[in-house]
Amino acid sequence: MEWEAVVGLEVHVQLRTKSKIFGGASTAYGAEPNTQACDVSVALPGVLPVMNREAARLAVKFGLGIGALINRRSIFARKNYFYPDLPKGYQISQYEAPIVGRGTLQIETQTGTRNIGITRAHLEEDAGKSLHEDFHGMTGIDLNRAGTALLEIVSEPDLRSSAEAVAYLKTLHALVRYLDISDGNMQEGSFRCDANVSVRPKGQDALGTRAEIKNINSFRFVEKAVDFEIERQIDRIENGGKVVQETRLYDPDRDETRSMRSKEEAHDYRYFPDPDLPALVLDESFIEKVRSELPELPRARKARFESEYGLSRSDAAQLTRDRQTADYFERVCSKTSANPKVAANWVLGELASALNHHNLEIADTRVDSTGLAKLLDRVADHTISGKTAKDVFLLLWNSDQSVDRIIEDRGLKQITDNAEIEAVVAGVLCDHQAQVRQYREGNQRVFGFFVGQVMKRTRGKANPKQVNELLHEKLK
Amino acid sequence: MHDQSLGELRAGLDRKDYSSVELTRHFLGRIHHGQRLNAFISVTEDLALEQARQADARIAGNDSEFLTGIPIAHKDLFCTLGVRTTCGSRILDNFISPYDATVVRKLKSGGMVMLGKTNMDEFAMGSSNENSYYGHVKNPWDEKRVPGGSSGGSAAAVSARLAPVATATDTGGSIRQPAALCGLTGIKPSYGRVSRYGMVAFASSLDQGGVLARSAADAALVLQAMSGFDRRDSTSLDRAVPDYPGCIEASIRGKVIGLPKEFFGQGADPAVMEAVEQAVRIFESMGAKTTGVELPNSEAGIPCYYVLAPAEASSNLARFDGVRYGHRTEQYEDLMDMYERTRAEGFGEEVKRRIMIGTYVLSSGYYDAYYVKAQKLRRMIADDFQRAFEKCDFIAGPTTPGTAFVIGEKSDDPVSMYLNDIFTNSANLAGLPAISVPAGLDHGGLPIGLHLIGRYLDEATILNAAHQFQQRTDWHRKTPEGFE
Repeated sequence: MEWEAVVGLEVHVQLRTKSKIFGGASTAYGAEPNTQACDVSVALPGVLPVMNREAARLAVKFGLGIGALINRRSIFARKNYFYPDLPKGYQISQYEAPIVGRGTLQIETQTGTRNIGITRAHLEEDAGKSLHEDFHGMTGIDLNRAGTALLEIVSEPDLRSSAEAVAYLKTLHALVRYLDISDGNMQEGSFRCDANVSVRPKGQDALGTRAEIKNINSFRFVEKAVDFEIERQIDRIENGGKVVQETRLYDPDRDETRSMRSKEEAHDYRYFPDPDLPALVLDESFIEKVRSELPELPRARKARFESEYGLSRSDAAQLTRDRQTADYFERVCSKTSANPKVAANWVLGELASALNHHNLEIADTRVDSTGLAKLLDRVADHTISGKTAKDVFLLLWNSDQSVDRIIEDRGLKQITDNAEIEAVVAGVLCDHQAQVRQYREGNQRVFGFFVGQVMKRTRGKANPKQVNELLHEKLK
Repeated sequence: MHDQSLGELRAGLDRKDYSSVELTRHFLGRIHHGQRLNAFISVTEDLALEQARQADARIAGNDSEFLTGIPIAHKDLFCTLGVRTTCGSRILDNFISPYDATVVRKLKSGGMVMLGKTNMDEFAMGSSNENSYYGHVKNPWDEKRVPGGSSGGSAAAVSARLAPVATATDTGGSIRQPAALCGLTGIKPSYGRVSRYGMVAFASSLDQGGVLARSAADAALVLQAMSGFDRRDSTSLDRAVPDYPGCIEASIRGKVIGLPKEFFGQGADPAVMEAVEQAVRIFESMGAKTTGVELPNSEAGIPCYYVLAPAEASSNLARFDGVRYGHRTEQYEDLMDMYERTRAEGFGEEVKRRIMIGTYVLSSGYYDAYYVKAQKLRRMIADDFQRAFEKCDFIAGPTTPGTAFVIGEKSDDPVSMYLNDIFTNSANLAGLPAISVPAGLDHGGLPIGLHLIGRYLDEATILNAAHQFQQRTDWHRKTPEGFE
C-alpha cells in the first residue's frame, strides 16, 4: 500500500524582549544559575504577573508578517501541572483566545510553492531548567529561563514529508529573524520544535492517529525524527498493529523516537482564564504602528533582488534566506561599481566559504561590506585580476589592512601596459621555440603553457586578457 | 491609650502626651496580656520598637503623616520583609518573606508601626479561625466562641484592644464576618482598590485587602493610606482614591437605602434581624429613605462562590510544592512522593478539601458544568446589583445569619460553616465595596453586624453612612469585658 505522511509542527520561538513576559528579570542567555530569577520567576507567595507589552508587539509583528488575523482581545490562561522547574505549578499561556489567529506561510519545495496553514500563534512563558548532572543524585533547578516570553506557532497538518517539514521550519526561522522578533538561536533553545506525525493510505481523507514528538531542536533532527516516526508508524500498521496516540521523545544519539507518555497518562491541564491578568486588548493604532514597522519580507525581497539586480532565481533565493546576508549584499552593491551579479558570486562564494570554514555567522564576518566593495572595485577597474582578488580576500580576512594597502604593499597591482606585457610575451616565445613549433603544428594545448610562463615571469600580475590577446597575435 | 481612636492617638502623639515608643510598648504589653486569645502568630517586638523610634524621629522633625507612630497589626497573609509570613499554614511555617506587600509598604512608609502578624484561617479559608496551624483564636467577647474568620486574629486583636487597628483580607466575607462577630467596623473595598501584590492569593478574582477597626472613621483613615493603583498588580485600578476621611462627615439625608427582600426573608437569627431593622430606622431618622430591591440570584451566591474560589485556590496553592521555599517532607522516594508528602503534611483539612473541589471543577469534562456555569451566575449576580443600584445608593442587611458560635460547633459540618458567608460573598462575586458595622448585642451579649454594600468604587458612601450611624449609636464603643 502507498502511504502518505501528515505532519504539523508546533514551534516555540523565544521572543526578543529584554525582560521576562510577566516579571522584571533580564532574559540574557548564559548567566549563572538563578541570578536572573526575580520574585515573579521564583513564584514567591503573593507575587503577581504584569504583562510585558513588548512581547505583544513582537507577536503582532509576527501575525502581520504571515497575514494572519490579529485578535483585538486575547486571554491569558493557566495551564496547571506540577514540575520542579515550573515554579507556580502552572504555566501562563493562551488557550481559547490566542493573540494571533489563522495565517499562511508560503514555502518552496522540490515540487514547487506550497501554502502551509498556520492555525494560531499564542504568547506564553517558558519554564526553567532542571539540571541532572553535577548534583549527585539530586536535581538542580535554574529559573533564569522561567518566565521568558515565547510565541508558540502552531501549523495545520499540511506538511506531507520530512523535507516539507524542514522547508517550513527554515522558512519560519528566516521569517522570525527578518522580523527581528527572535534571535532564532537553536543551540540556545530560542527556536524549538515539536512535531505531530501521522500516516494514512494515500487518497484517504481521514487523518490517522498521531504521535507528538518532542524535543527536536535542529533542522537535521526534524528531518530524522519525522522520517523515523513515519517509518515506525507504517511498519507498525503493516505488521497488523495500531498507532497509539502518545507523546514521544526524539533521541538524537540513537536517532529514534520513544514513548514518553500515552493518551491515558496525558496531563489534564485544567486550563482556566488567569484571574491575575486582564484580557490583552490591542487597539487599531497599536496594530497599525506595528504594521508600519514591518521590514521587507523574504519573498518580496527575493523578487526585488531578481528584478533590481538581475540576479538568478537561485542566487536571489540564497541571498535572501537570512536577513543579515541580504543586508550585507545590498550594502556591498551600494558601495561598489562592480556588477551585482559579481557581488552575488562573491557573497555566496568566497565570503560564504570563509564564514563556513571559520564557523562564523555573517554578523561576525572579518571582511565587512566596505572591504568587499573596494575589492570588487579594484577588479572592475583592472587594478588586480579576479584571481589575485581571491588572494587579497584571504589577506583581508586575516589582517586589518585596507584593500589598497594590501595591493600596494605586496605589489599585486596588475600589469596593464601592453608594451611591457608584449616584451615578456616575446621573451617567452623566444625561449621556447620547440613549443612554438608544436603549437603551430596544431597542438592548441600548448597555449596554456605560454600563458603560465608569462604569468610566472610577471608574478601573476599581467592582465590575463591582454596576455591572451598578445599571445594569439604573436603565434598567428 | 488603647481605647483611643486613631484621631485621638494622632493628637496625643502630636501633643507629646506619649511617644510612639511608649504607645508601642503599651500595645505590646496588651498583646502579652491577651496572649490566651491566640490572636497573633508572630509578635515583632524589636522591629516594632525600632519603627516606633523612627516614627518619633519623624514626629520630632515635623515630618509626620496622619498615621505616623500609630501601631497596627497585619494579617499573616501579607508578606512582610524579613518577617515570617505563614498564612496560618504549616507549609509556610519557616517562610521569611524577602519583600513587603504593597499594603505593608504603604503603611510602613506612612510611619505606621507593625506590632506583629495576626492569626488566621489557613490561606484565608474558613469562617471561624479554627483552620489555623497555629491553633484557634478566641473571641474576646466570649472565649468559648470563635472570632469568625478568616481574619479572626486581626478581629480579636482589635476587639480586645491589643492593636488600635489591623489589616485583613476578604474573599467571601473574611473581614466583615469577624467584624460582625467581634463588634468591629470592617471594610472590604471594591475589587482593585487595594493592591493584592504581596497578599498571598487564595482566590485571585475575589481577594481584596481591607481594614478591621473600631470605627468607620478609623477604617477610613487606614483604607485611605493603603488604597491606590499599583503597577505590580494588573487588577488594581488606575483611579484616584477619594478622600475617605473627608467624605464621612456629610449628612445622609436623602440617601436611598435598598433593602433586598432576599436578605430579610432568609433565616437569620431574630435578634440579628431586629438589630438590622432598628438600624434602618435610625438611618430613616437621619433623613435617609428606604426602598425594596431584588437580588433574585443571591441564592446562587454560595454555590457559585464555592466553585470559583476553590478553582482559583487549587491553582494558586500549586506553588507550595516543597521545591523552592516552605515546608518539605523529610523522607521521600521520588519527586511525586516528595510532592504528595510535602503537601499532605503542609496543608490542613479545609485547604485540602478546597484544593480537591477546585481541581475537580476545573477537570476536563466537568469544567463547563461547574466553572463556566459559575462564571455565568457570577455575571448574573453582578447584574442584579447593578439593577438594584439604579434604585438606591447603598444596600443594607445583616452581615451574618447569627452571632459568634461556640468553638467546635460547626467544624465537622463544612456546609453549615460555608453558610456563614451567605450575606457577604455576593459583594466579592460582584467586586463591590461592603462594610460591617456594630449594630447591637444579642441576648447573650454578643455583637451583631449591620452589612452595607455600596456601588462599585463607592466606598465613600458606605463609610459615610457607617460613620453617621456611629454618631447616633455607641455599639462600636462597647468593649469586651476584661479588655477595657
